[in-house]
Amino acid sequence: MKVITANFVTCAVKECKTAQTSFPLHFHDAELEQQELDFQPEFIRNILPRVDWEALRVTANELGFPSIPESKPEGEALDNEQTLRDLHRLLLETHVAEGKLVCGNCGHQYMIKEGIANFLLPSHLV
Amino acid sequence: MLPTPDTSHVSFDTIYEPSEDSYLFLDTLSSASESKWLHERFQHDPSPVTTKPTPLVVEVGTGSGVVLGFVAAHAHEIFGRRDVLTLGTDVNRNACLATRETVVTAVQEAQRQQSSTGQSESDSDSGASKSRTPHISSLTADLCSPLRPGCVDVLLFNPPYVPTDDLPRLPSAEENQSAATESTSRSAKFESDSFFLSLTYAGGVDGMETTNRLLDAIPEVLEPSRGVAYVLLCKQNRPEEVMDRIHGWRGGWRAEIAGSSGMQAGWEKLVIVRIWRG
Repeated sequence: MKVITANFVTCAVKECKTAQTSFPLHFHDAELEQQELDFQPEFIRNILPRVDWEALRVTANELGFPSIPESKPEGEALDNEQTLRDLHRLLLETHVAEGKLVCGNCGHQYMIKEGIANFLLPSHLV
Repeated sequence: MLPTPDTSHVSFDTIYEPSEDSYLFLDTLSSASESKWLHERFQHDPSPVTTKPTPLVVEVGTGSGVVLGFVAAHAHEIFGRRDVLTLGTDVNRNACLATRETVVTAVQEAQRQQSSTGQSESDSDSGASKSRTPHISSLTADLCSPLRPGCVDVLLFNPPYVPTDDLPRLPSAEENQSAATESTSRSAKFESDSFFLSLTYAGGVDGMETTNRLLDAIPEVLEPSRGVAYVLLCKQNRPEEVMDRIHGWRGGWRAEIAGSSGMQAGWEKLVIVRIWRG
């Protein structure tokens, strides 16, 4: 599961959808893997407009990537190759192999095994 | 015709084997008329003023992953750009594992083909010409339940559409773990396999119970301005009625038949409906 996934998922519990604290889900006990992928600066530039930057900063922090910029790179900052390379590495090359995603609203824990997160709910939460 | 992804690594004990409906998806999305429609909506424009961000393509109920793998491998032909993110969900963890392998392999194979034929037609179009379509994840989940509202650009769904007396219940998180282990008895394995297979086809009343839940989720999960969904229906699902219903949704929703197959007495057996805000 690539790190960028955390920008597109939220708690599967219906009541949590409208709660601000259900996004982003929080990584706990994450084991990371790096899988190399061709670096394409254009690719990162096209992804950035759709990234929720605040959420990404939370995720990056939890996974031990402290160096991402405080605000989303725009304009000239998009020509900075090192910035784009760092983002490429974080968003597309870093995988979460094992661990949990935890909802900040209801506290439910979604297990990640072999890179597959399990969002099926126990019957009392459906 | 674009090559079909390899699914020879997939065990079809609990996973739907690619069939006529799966192939209708491949043919529809890569047809001249549909890829033209999708190009207009998603093609990358290098001018910085009108940059269209990378689309997120989500398949719900991926099974073997043959459809998502096809889209990932042929994103350039279908959408006019190679930078597409793919994500799949399925209630069966085995299907999630199979899908990840199918998609990654299909993309690698397409790359190999491209470099061996020295294809260069697109080298100048976006700078992203060589990039691989990254499969960002396969999630074990019920339909779109874990997806953030408004984030899906292209939603694909080949549902369990066969009318059945009963709708199988959803598997629990724990069941999926035990289904992956080998320590069960033969009869328990048979029962579990049959249960997971029933989820791939059994649609309950009119074959629509699961599809209706997916349709209900579409307005929330699709990206508000450019989101589009493709849903396959069979004749018993009464596609005309389903499309009428969508036209009645608030917010200017449209539904059109994008592809069909298997004429029977003047009726298509299977259709793929495109759903979008007009």
